[in-house]
Amino acid sequence: MPSALINVPKRAKRGEIIEIKTLMSHIMETGYRHLASGEVVPRDIITSFTCRYNGAEIFRADLFPAIAANPFITFFTTATESGKFEFEWIGDSGFSETASASISVE
Amino acid sequence: MKSVRTIIAALLLIAVASPLSASEIPQAERRTGFSFMAPETQTMQNDDTANPGMLWVLDGEALWQSKAGTAGKACADCHGEVGGSMKGVAARYPAFDKELGRPVDLEQRINLCRARHQQATPLAYESRDLLALTAFVARQSRGTAIESGGDPQLKPFIARGRDLFMQRQGQLNLGCTHCHDDNWDKRLAGSAITQGHPTGYPLYRLEWQSLGSLQRRLRSCISGIRAQTYDYGAPELVELELYLMSRARGMPVETPAVRP
Repeated sequence: MPSALINVPKRAKRGEIIEIKTLMSHIMETGYRHLASGEVVPRDIITSFTCRYNGAEIFRADLFPAIAANPFITFFTTATESGKFEFEWIGDSGFSETASASISVE
Repeated sequence: MKSVRTIIAALLLIAVASPLSASEIPQAERRTGFSFMAPETQTMQNDDTANPGMLWVLDGEALWQSKAGTAGKACADCHGEVGGSMKGVAARYPAFDKELGRPVDLEQRINLCRARHQQATPLAYESRDLLALTAFVARQSRGTAIESGGDPQLKPFIARGRDLFMQRQGQLNLGCTHCHDDNWDKRLAGSAITQGHPTGYPLYRLEWQSLGSLQRRLRSCISGIRAQTYDYGAPELVELELYLMSRARGMPVETPAVRP
Protein backbone atom coordinates (compact mmCIF):
# COMPACT_ATOMS: atom_id res chain seq x y z
CA MET A 1 0.00 0.00 0.00
CA PRO A 2 2.58 2.60 -1.02
CA SER A 3 1.42 6.17 -0.74
CA ALA A 4 2.88 9.39 -2.07
CA LEU A 5 2.56 13.01 -1.03
CA ILE A 6 2.80 15.57 -3.81
CA ASN A 7 2.94 19.33 -3.39
CA VAL A 8 2.46 21.36 -6.59
CA PRO A 9 0.96 24.88 -6.52
CA LYS A 10 -2.63 24.82 -7.84
CA ARG A 11 -2.09 27.98 -9.90
CA ALA A 12 0.85 30.07 -10.99
CA LYS A 13 1.66 33.04 -13.23
CA ARG A 14 3.21 32.30 -16.62
CA GLY A 15 6.99 32.28 -16.30
CA GLU A 16 6.89 31.93 -12.52
CA ILE A 17 9.41 29.59 -10.88
CA ILE A 18 7.56 27.01 -8.80
CA GLU A 19 8.73 24.44 -6.29
CA ILE A 20 7.58 20.84 -6.55
CA LYS A 21 7.86 18.54 -3.54
CA THR A 22 7.38 14.78 -3.57
CA LEU A 23 7.50 12.24 -0.76
CA MET A 24 7.29 8.53 -1.55
CA SER A 25 6.67 5.76 0.94
CA HIS A 26 9.49 3.19 0.61
CA ILE A 27 11.77 1.27 3.00
CA MET A 28 14.96 1.78 0.89
CA GLU A 29 16.59 -1.40 2.15
CA THR A 30 20.28 -1.04 1.30
CA GLY A 31 21.19 -4.66 0.64
CA TYR A 32 24.17 -4.35 2.98
CA ARG A 33 22.43 -5.38 6.19
CA HIS A 34 22.52 -8.85 7.70
CA LEU A 35 20.00 -10.63 9.89
CA ALA A 36 21.12 -12.09 13.23
CA SER A 37 21.30 -15.43 11.40
CA GLY A 38 23.84 -14.02 8.95
CA GLU A 39 21.59 -13.85 5.91
CA VAL A 40 21.84 -10.72 3.78
CA VAL A 41 18.64 -8.67 3.63
CA PRO A 42 18.12 -8.32 -0.13
CA ARG A 43 18.36 -4.86 -1.62
CA ASP A 44 14.99 -3.16 -2.12
CA ILE A 45 15.29 0.46 -3.21
CA ILE A 46 13.74 2.92 -5.60
CA THR A 47 16.18 3.24 -8.50
CA SER A 48 14.66 5.98 -10.57
CA PHE A 49 12.30 8.95 -10.29
CA THR A 50 10.90 10.94 -13.23
CA CYS A 51 8.66 13.97 -13.56
CA ARG A 52 6.88 14.87 -16.82
CA TYR A 53 5.18 18.21 -17.44
CA ASN A 54 2.50 17.77 -20.11
CA GLY A 55 4.36 14.75 -21.44
CA ALA A 56 7.84 16.27 -21.57
CA GLU A 57 10.41 15.07 -19.09
CA ILE A 58 11.58 17.96 -16.89
CA PHE A 59 13.31 16.15 -14.04
CA ARG A 60 14.92 12.76 -13.49
CA ALA A 61 16.90 11.30 -10.60
CA ASP A 62 18.70 8.01 -10.05
CA LEU A 63 18.54 6.74 -6.49
CA PHE A 64 21.13 4.64 -4.65
CA PRO A 65 21.34 2.54 -1.46
CA ALA A 66 22.68 5.44 0.65
CA ILE A 67 19.40 7.34 0.29
CA ALA A 68 17.19 7.25 3.40
CA ALA A 69 13.78 5.60 3.62
CA ASN A 70 10.76 7.48 2.26
CA PRO A 71 12.72 9.60 -0.23
CA PHE A 72 11.78 13.29 -0.30
CA ILE A 73 12.64 14.83 -3.69
CA THR A 74 12.10 18.51 -4.30
CA PHE A 75 12.98 20.61 -7.35
CA PHE A 76 12.06 23.77 -9.23
CA THR A 77 10.63 24.39 -12.68
CA THR A 78 9.15 27.26 -14.67
CA ALA A 79 5.36 27.32 -15.04
CA THR A 80 4.85 27.60 -18.79
CA GLU A 81 1.32 26.35 -19.44
CA SER A 82 -1.67 24.82 -17.68
CA GLY A 83 -1.64 21.07 -17.50
CA LYS A 84 -0.47 18.05 -15.63
CA PHE A 85 2.65 16.89 -13.81
CA GLU A 86 3.13 13.14 -13.86
CA PHE A 87 5.49 11.45 -11.41
CA GLU A 88 6.90 7.96 -11.65
CA TRP A 89 8.98 5.95 -9.21
CA ILE A 90 10.61 2.69 -10.36
CA GLY A 91 12.50 0.31 -8.10
CA ASP A 92 13.63 -3.19 -7.21
CA SER A 93 11.29 -6.22 -7.21
CA GLY A 94 9.02 -4.64 -9.80
CA PHE A 95 8.24 -1.55 -7.73
CA SER A 96 6.41 0.96 -9.90
CA GLU A 97 4.22 3.80 -8.68
CA THR A 98 2.74 6.85 -10.33
CA ALA A 99 1.06 10.02 -9.17
CA SER A 100 -0.08 13.22 -10.85
CA ALA A 101 -1.02 16.81 -10.06
CA SER A 102 -2.62 19.59 -12.10
CA ILE A 103 -1.66 23.23 -12.39
CA SER A 104 -3.44 26.16 -13.99
CA VAL A 105 -1.18 28.86 -15.41
CA GLU A 106 -2.55 32.35 -16.04
CA MET B 1 34.43 0.66 21.69
CA LYS B 2 36.09 3.88 22.76
CA SER B 3 32.93 5.88 22.06
CA VAL B 4 30.83 3.42 24.07
CA ARG B 5 33.21 3.94 27.01
CA THR B 6 32.89 7.68 26.62
CA ILE B 7 29.09 7.45 26.72
CA ILE B 8 29.17 5.26 29.81
CA ALA B 9 31.63 7.62 31.46
CA ALA B 10 29.36 10.55 30.65
CA LEU B 11 26.33 8.74 32.04
CA LEU B 12 28.18 7.82 35.21
CA LEU B 13 29.31 11.39 35.56
CA ILE B 14 25.68 12.53 35.37
CA ALA B 15 24.69 9.89 37.91
CA VAL B 16 27.45 10.95 40.30
CA ALA B 17 26.96 14.67 39.75
CA SER B 18 23.32 14.59 40.86
CA PRO B 19 22.97 12.24 43.79
CA LEU B 20 19.84 13.85 45.23
CA SER B 21 17.90 14.44 41.98
CA ALA B 22 14.14 13.98 41.59
CA SER B 23 13.37 17.65 41.14
CA GLU B 24 10.38 17.96 38.84
CA ILE B 25 10.40 20.52 36.04
CA PRO B 26 8.37 23.65 36.90
CA GLN B 27 5.32 24.21 34.62
CA ALA B 28 6.77 27.36 33.09
CA GLU B 29 10.01 25.62 32.08
CA ARG B 30 8.44 22.69 30.27
CA ARG B 31 9.56 22.37 26.65
CA THR B 32 8.51 20.01 23.91
CA GLY B 33 11.17 17.97 22.13
CA PHE B 34 10.36 20.09 19.08
CA SER B 35 12.12 23.09 20.62
CA PHE B 36 15.38 21.14 20.94
CA MET B 37 15.52 20.31 17.22
CA ALA B 38 17.44 21.93 14.39
CA PRO B 39 15.38 24.39 12.28
CA GLU B 40 15.55 21.97 9.29
CA THR B 41 13.90 19.19 11.29
CA GLN B 42 11.29 21.60 12.64
CA THR B 43 10.43 22.66 9.08
CA MET B 44 10.09 19.00 8.12
CA GLN B 45 7.56 18.42 10.90
CA ASN B 46 5.56 21.55 10.15
CA ASP B 47 5.17 20.94 6.41
CA ASP B 48 2.58 18.20 5.90
CA THR B 49 3.98 17.42 2.46
CA ALA B 50 7.52 16.97 3.80
CA ASN B 51 6.65 15.17 7.04
CA PRO B 52 7.11 11.43 6.39
CA GLY B 53 4.73 10.68 9.27
CA MET B 54 1.93 11.84 6.99
CA LEU B 55 2.49 8.73 4.84
CA TRP B 56 1.25 6.62 7.77
CA VAL B 57 -1.63 9.03 8.37
CA LEU B 58 -2.69 8.51 4.73
CA ASP B 59 -2.53 4.73 5.17
CA GLY B 60 -4.50 5.05 8.40
CA GLU B 61 -7.22 6.98 6.63
CA ALA B 62 -7.64 4.11 4.16
CA LEU B 63 -7.68 1.55 6.99
CA TRP B 64 -10.29 3.56 8.88
CA GLN B 65 -12.66 3.09 5.94
CA SER B 66 -11.86 -0.57 5.23
CA LYS B 67 -13.87 -3.43 6.72
CA ALA B 68 -12.05 -5.87 9.01
CA GLY B 69 -12.84 -9.05 10.94
CA THR B 70 -15.78 -11.42 10.87
CA ALA B 71 -18.19 -8.66 11.94
CA GLY B 72 -17.49 -7.04 8.57
CA LYS B 73 -17.33 -3.56 10.08
CA ALA B 74 -14.94 -0.69 9.46
CA CYS B 75 -13.93 1.86 12.12
CA ALA B 76 -15.98 4.40 10.17
CA ASP B 77 -19.16 2.26 10.48
CA CYS B 78 -19.33 2.95 14.23
CA HIS B 79 -17.29 6.14 14.63
CA GLY B 80 -18.21 7.89 11.38
CA GLU B 81 -15.97 10.61 10.07
CA VAL B 82 -12.89 10.93 12.26
CA GLY B 83 -12.84 14.70 12.14
CA GLY B 84 -15.71 14.89 14.60
CA SER B 85 -15.60 11.68 16.59
CA MET B 86 -11.85 11.34 17.13
CA LYS B 87 -10.96 14.97 17.75
CA GLY B 88 -9.22 15.32 21.11
CA VAL B 89 -9.33 11.59 21.86
CA ALA B 90 -5.57 11.00 21.70
CA ALA B 91 -5.05 13.91 24.11
CA ARG B 92 -6.89 11.89 26.79
CA TYR B 93 -4.95 8.62 26.43
CA PRO B 94 -3.90 6.30 28.10
CA ALA B 95 -7.44 5.99 29.47
CA PHE B 96 -9.10 3.66 31.98
CA ASP B 97 -10.81 0.58 30.57
CA LYS B 98 -13.65 -0.62 32.84
CA GLU B 99 -13.62 -4.24 31.66
CA LEU B 100 -9.88 -4.66 32.17
CA GLY B 101 -9.76 -2.48 35.28
CA ARG B 102 -6.56 -0.78 34.11
CA PRO B 103 -5.43 1.94 31.73
CA VAL B 104 -4.88 1.17 28.04
CA ASP B 105 -3.00 3.25 25.50
CA LEU B 106 -4.28 4.22 22.07
CA GLU B 107 -2.72 1.19 20.34
CA GLN B 108 -4.34 -1.14 22.87
CA ARG B 109 -7.68 0.66 22.50
CA ILE B 110 -7.57 0.11 18.73
CA ASN B 111 -6.85 -3.59 19.27
CA LEU B 112 -9.60 -3.86 21.91
CA CYS B 113 -11.99 -2.27 19.43
CA ARG B 114 -10.92 -4.82 16.83
CA ALA B 115 -11.48 -7.70 19.25
CA ARG B 116 -14.76 -6.49 20.80
CA HIS B 117 -16.53 -4.84 17.88
CA GLN B 118 -14.94 -6.04 14.65
CA GLN B 119 -14.14 -9.62 15.74
CA ALA B 120 -10.77 -9.13 14.10
CA THR B 121 -7.32 -10.35 15.12
CA PRO B 122 -5.18 -7.81 16.97
CA LEU B 123 -2.57 -5.91 14.99
CA ALA B 124 1.01 -6.51 16.11
CA TYR B 125 2.83 -3.77 18.00
CA GLU B 126 4.89 -1.58 15.64
CA SER B 127 3.21 -3.11 12.59
CA ARG B 128 2.58 -0.64 9.81
CA ASP B 129 -1.20 -0.99 10.12
CA LEU B 130 -1.33 -0.36 13.88
CA LEU B 131 1.01 2.63 13.62
CA ALA B 132 -1.00 3.97 10.69
CA LEU B 133 -4.36 3.74 12.48
CA THR B 134 -2.89 5.21 15.67
CA ALA B 135 -1.24 8.06 13.77
CA PHE B 136 -4.45 8.76 11.86
CA VAL B 137 -6.54 8.90 15.05
CA ALA B 138 -3.93 10.93 16.98
CA ARG B 139 -3.55 13.34 14.05
CA GLN B 140 -7.13 14.50 14.69
CA SER B 141 -5.98 15.86 18.06
CA ARG B 142 -3.08 17.88 16.69
CA GLY B 143 -2.99 21.19 18.54
CA THR B 144 -5.29 19.96 21.33
CA ALA B 145 -3.92 20.36 24.86
CA ILE B 146 -3.02 17.05 26.52
CA GLU B 147 -5.39 16.23 29.36
CA SER B 148 -4.47 12.61 30.14
CA GLY B 149 -4.71 11.43 33.73
CA GLY B 150 -7.69 13.55 34.76
CA ASP B 151 -9.82 10.48 35.52
CA PRO B 152 -9.63 9.81 39.32
CA GLN B 153 -9.57 6.03 38.68
CA LEU B 154 -6.14 6.49 37.08
CA LYS B 155 -4.51 7.92 40.20
CA PRO B 156 -2.84 4.73 41.50
CA PHE B 157 -1.55 3.92 37.99
CA ILE B 158 -0.03 7.37 37.55
CA ALA B 159 1.67 6.96 40.93
CA ARG B 160 3.13 3.62 39.82
CA GLY B 161 4.33 5.16 36.55
CA ARG B 162 5.94 7.99 38.49
CA ASP B 163 7.71 5.50 40.78
CA LEU B 164 9.10 3.72 37.73
CA PHE B 165 10.24 7.08 36.30
CA MET B 166 12.12 7.87 39.51
CA GLN B 167 13.47 4.34 40.07
CA ARG B 168 17.18 3.75 39.45
CA GLN B 169 17.64 0.60 37.38
CA GLY B 170 19.94 -1.30 35.07
CA GLN B 171 23.72 -1.63 34.94
CA LEU B 172 24.10 2.14 34.66
CA ASN B 173 21.87 2.57 37.72
CA LEU B 174 19.89 5.47 36.29
CA GLY B 175 16.24 6.45 36.48
CA CYS B 176 14.41 8.39 33.74
CA THR B 177 14.38 11.39 36.08
CA HIS B 178 18.18 11.62 36.24
CA CYS B 179 18.32 12.63 32.59
CA HIS B 180 14.90 14.07 31.81
CA ASP B 181 14.22 16.08 34.98
CA ASP B 182 17.73 16.92 36.15
CA ASN B 183 19.83 17.25 33.00
CA TRP B 184 17.50 18.16 30.15
CA ASP B 185 19.45 21.34 29.44
CA LYS B 186 22.61 19.35 28.70
CA ARG B 187 23.72 17.10 25.88
CA LEU B 188 24.65 13.43 25.80
CA ALA B 189 27.06 12.31 23.09
CA GLY B 190 26.16 15.39 21.04
CA SER B 191 22.39 14.92 21.26
CA ALA B 192 20.00 17.05 23.27
CA ILE B 193 18.72 15.17 26.32
CA THR B 194 15.20 16.78 26.23
CA GLN B 195 12.53 16.69 28.92
CA GLY B 196 10.83 13.56 27.65
CA HIS B 197 7.33 14.90 27.00
CA PRO B 198 5.52 12.46 24.68
CA THR B 199 3.65 15.12 22.72
CA GLY B 200 3.95 13.76 19.19
CA TYR B 201 3.57 9.96 19.23
CA PRO B 202 3.47 7.95 17.13
CA LEU B 203 6.31 9.96 15.60
CA TYR B 204 8.80 9.68 12.76
CA ARG B 205 12.36 9.29 14.01
CA LEU B 206 15.01 9.94 11.44
CA GLU B 207 17.18 7.39 13.25
CA TRP B 208 14.49 4.71 12.87
CA GLN B 209 13.64 5.81 9.32
CA SER B 210 10.13 4.95 10.32
CA LEU B 211 7.19 5.87 12.47
CA GLY B 212 7.37 4.40 15.98
CA SER B 213 5.30 4.27 19.15
CA LEU B 214 6.03 5.71 22.58
CA GLN B 215 6.57 2.15 23.83
CA ARG B 216 9.33 1.66 21.26
CA ARG B 217 10.97 4.87 22.48
CA LEU B 218 10.67 3.80 26.13
CA ARG B 219 12.09 0.37 25.39
CA SER B 220 15.13 1.83 23.67
CA CYS B 221 15.69 4.26 26.57
CA ILE B 222 15.45 1.35 29.02
CA SER B 223 17.91 -0.78 27.08
CA GLY B 224 20.12 2.34 26.84
CA ILE B 225 20.54 2.35 30.61
CA ARG B 226 21.15 -1.40 30.32
CA ALA B 227 18.09 -2.47 32.21
CA GLN B 228 15.74 -5.33 31.31
CA THR B 229 13.11 -3.98 28.89
CA TYR B 230 9.42 -4.69 29.34
CA ASP B 231 7.52 -6.45 26.56
CA TYR B 232 5.30 -4.40 24.27
CA GLY B 233 1.94 -3.90 25.96
CA ALA B 234 3.29 -4.56 29.47
CA PRO B 235 1.28 -2.74 32.19
CA GLU B 236 4.50 -1.10 33.42
CA LEU B 237 5.05 0.58 30.04
CA VAL B 238 1.43 1.79 29.93
CA GLU B 239 1.78 3.22 33.46
CA LEU B 240 4.95 4.99 32.41
CA GLU B 241 3.19 6.34 29.30
CA LEU B 242 0.34 7.51 31.52
CA TYR B 243 2.67 9.28 33.95
CA LEU B 244 4.53 10.96 31.08
CA MET B 245 1.30 12.12 29.45
CA SER B 246 -0.05 13.48 32.75
CA ARG B 247 3.33 15.19 33.25
CA ALA B 248 2.85 16.86 29.83
CA ARG B 249 -0.69 18.06 30.60
CA GLY B 250 -1.57 21.28 28.82
CA MET B 251 1.06 20.87 26.11
CA PRO B 252 -0.35 20.58 22.56
CA VAL B 253 -0.40 17.26 20.67
CA GLU B 254 1.99 17.32 17.66
CA THR B 255 1.25 13.94 16.04
CA PRO B 256 2.81 12.95 13.72
CA ALA B 257 5.94 14.64 15.04
CA VAL B 258 9.43 14.30 13.56
CA ARG B 259 12.43 13.73 15.81
CA PRO B 260 16.12 13.24 14.96
